[in-house]
Amino acid sequence: MTVILAFLALVALAAGLWLSQQRLASKPWLETGIAPLAGHGPGRAPGFVFIVAFLAVAGGLFAMLGSAFVMQIEETPWALVPLPGRVWMNTALLLLASVCLQFVVIAARAGTARWLRASLIAASIATLAFLAGQVQVWVTLAAGGYRLDGAPAASFFYLITGLHGLHLLGGIIALAAVCLRHAGAGDARALLPGVRACALYWHVLLAFWLMLFALLQGWGNAFLALCRAAVS
Amino acid sequence: MVDRGSDDRMQLPPREVADVMPPHAHSWIGRYVFSQDAKYIALQYSGTAVAIGLVALVLSWLMRLQLGFPGTFDFITAEAYYQFVTMHGMIMVIYLLTAIFLGGFGNYLIPLMVGARDMVFPFVNMLSYWVYLLAVLVLVASFFVPGGPTGAGWTLYPPQAVLSGTPGGAQSGIILMLVSLILFIIGFTMGGLNYAVTVLQARTRGMTMMRLPLTVWGIFTATVMALLAFPALFVACVMMLFDRLLGTSFFMPALVELGEKLSYGGGSPIAFQHLFWFFGHPEVYIVALPAFGIVSDLIAVHARKNIFGYRMMVWAIVIIGALSFIVWAHHMYVSGMHPWFGFFFATTTLIIAIPTAIKVYNWVLTLWQGDIHLTLPMLFALGFIVTFVNGGLTGLFLGNVVVDVPLSDTMFVVAHFHMVMGVAPIMVIFGAVYHWYPKITGRMLNEAMGQIHFWVTFIGAYAVFFPMHYVGLVGVPRRYFEIGEPEFLTAPVDGLNAFISSAALIVGAVQVLFLFNLYWSLRRGREAGGNPWRAASLEWQTPETPPRHGNWDALPDVYRWAYDYSVPGAPEDYIAQTDPWVSDGEDRRL
Repeated sequence: MTVILAFLALVALAAGLWLSQQRLASKPWLETGIAPLAGHGPGRAPGFVFIVAFLAVAGGLFAMLGSAFVMQIEETPWALVPLPGRVWMNTALLLLASVCLQFVVIAARAGTARWLRASLIAASIATLAFLAGQVQVWVTLAAGGYRLDGAPAASFFYLITGLHGLHLLGGIIALAAVCLRHAGAGDARALLPGVRACALYWHVLLAFWLMLFALLQGWGNAFLALCRAAVS
Repeated sequence: MVDRGSDDRMQLPPREVADVMPPHAHSWIGRYVFSQDAKYIALQYSGTAVAIGLVALVLSWLMRLQLGFPGTFDFITAEAYYQFVTMHGMIMVIYLLTAIFLGGFGNYLIPLMVGARDMVFPFVNMLSYWVYLLAVLVLVASFFVPGGPTGAGWTLYPPQAVLSGTPGGAQSGIILMLVSLILFIIGFTMGGLNYAVTVLQARTRGMTMMRLPLTVWGIFTATVMALLAFPALFVACVMMLFDRLLGTSFFMPALVELGEKLSYGGGSPIAFQHLFWFFGHPEVYIVALPAFGIVSDLIAVHARKNIFGYRMMVWAIVIIGALSFIVWAHHMYVSGMHPWFGFFFATTTLIIAIPTAIKVYNWVLTLWQGDIHLTLPMLFALGFIVTFVNGGLTGLFLGNVVVDVPLSDTMFVVAHFHMVMGVAPIMVIFGAVYHWYPKITGRMLNEAMGQIHFWVTFIGAYAVFFPMHYVGLVGVPRRYFEIGEPEFLTAPVDGLNAFISSAALIVGAVQVLFLFNLYWSLRRGREAGGNPWRAASLEWQTPETPPRHGNWDALPDVYRWAYDYSVPGAPEDYIAQTDPWVSDGEDRRL
């Protein structure tokens, strides 16, 4: 359960930082009058906070999958799935999508509709190419004998990549909804809150993918073994 | 209506949150069926949870009939008994307690108590309820499929949960259970994100985190915990569903069933146990923390005293929430683990008793020299404290490996967790309903019916679960359909089992009186007025009772915490959070 505990330690750190701003040592029974609220203001719109909280939940989901994967390897050793080179290219595509979405944010902030449109199209194409690439990896693996109902290592690969892909699909739908809602606005800046949240979503899903990729390659286990050796 | 500016005349700082009235539904269906008003969604959640809870209550009766009078009822077969056990446990923990505390009380109280007009995402909130209802319907459907519902036990341990020897294992029962849980988690995530973001971002002017009533702190922390713990159950359910439907072997080792080697192999059943209990133990506190918060408010209001140690209470809630994530394996001592792990989990389990004990001391110290009104909410709050302490103390025993191993599979554990996680939180639910019913309906619940309900429930619950500890201690194992008269029992328990079953039937029956009271008082209850308990927190200060959609005329301003009771020099024995009164030797308003 090392992976999920490490993830929760990060969440606890963030929660601790937030709580430290909430004057937990104050004496509310002695205080009267209007007191200012901490943690509000520009950039803390409920929609953005919602996405951050959702990403924490999704992080918990992937960390649990990571934990289950590591635990199974330790308890019932099995050979890892040899991942085809296409996975590296897919990773590059997701990175490209993430970068493009950051350009979307920059363009929305500057109000330049042409750049915004181009970056948006590029980000969408890169994301869809990533998803198509993942499906192609599934086909390659299945043809090589690594089926879903085969060894647990292969099952994990399908499950993890499938759930990650579903999250990205959901992101694409949300991105489309943001763009459609403001399509007639005429001002690129109107898109900013929505695309900011989407960009964050993409960046974090990229980070999740990089960590899951490392685990699926077996690097995570090697790292954990090194940590255990250091501790013991 | 949007108000972002400061009010110079009153010298108030600017609002951090825009005052936006949520759009009102114009059709009957929009208002009462697909309602986006958190208060109606709360009632929908509560109604559904109570309805499915009644099913679980009847299942517990059937179980007790078998245990108390074995061989008497032919329709209770061994398979049916295991199905009753499984469905009773799962419904009570997930579909009743979690749903009613977070979906019911969370939806009703959070916006009112933080001074918001509604949840921040009303549409998602509505969707949350309908997905929950779908989860319940899928669960109920499992009663009607061939083979019936799963009988794998509420922990659904693989591999037995998906094998043909377990009721519902080779048929649809287990599939429907897993699908229902997955749906429940999706629905809860929608609602839970709403509750958390509303507390974080929709508090009204002056409502700092340290002015929140402890009810909100309890529900908020439990929501955050649930958002982080439910993914573990989600992952476990998805993986087991894959094992059952798609032939994967996540949790399935190589197996021989009825002399035939199955296609499974290479999986780890222990991995499921880790995932399940990583959710399962925080789940105890997901139920308990809202109960802790609510009972704190009930005691303060009905003892006319400020809550003792508010800061400590907040810290204890947060610390309990954090610690509950590192104790999960104390449910797995009998599964076997490295002795150092056993030591670690026993230690963390005992440490969690410290913040919990702080809360108990603070409740008692709040009562100390208070102006205690033995109203129905107070009676149930007192019932909770006693029951929680009893259940908690046996938990300290069971947290130790050497005590847990011999007791783990006995009725002692059943008695322990029913006291701490069954009776105690349900006492709080009842207390909370008696407390907030006047705000929800504008009428008081009938006192006489309430008194009968309390005393029969309280004494009856002890008649059920106190002797059950003894039954466990003399060696009666749990999960057994029928034990006969084995030699290892150190004392006969037949008479005691019959007594427990009789008491369980009576306790269950009196809940019908409670439901009748809810219905009867809706029309004939005494009119309550806006604030019958003279309470200080924000939900009692709404301009209308029951509060209308949008809750307020204008968003309220908060000048103080929620526990100003019996303040010396104050014109009344409580000061509402919206009251700018200050004490400087003479009565004056800010």
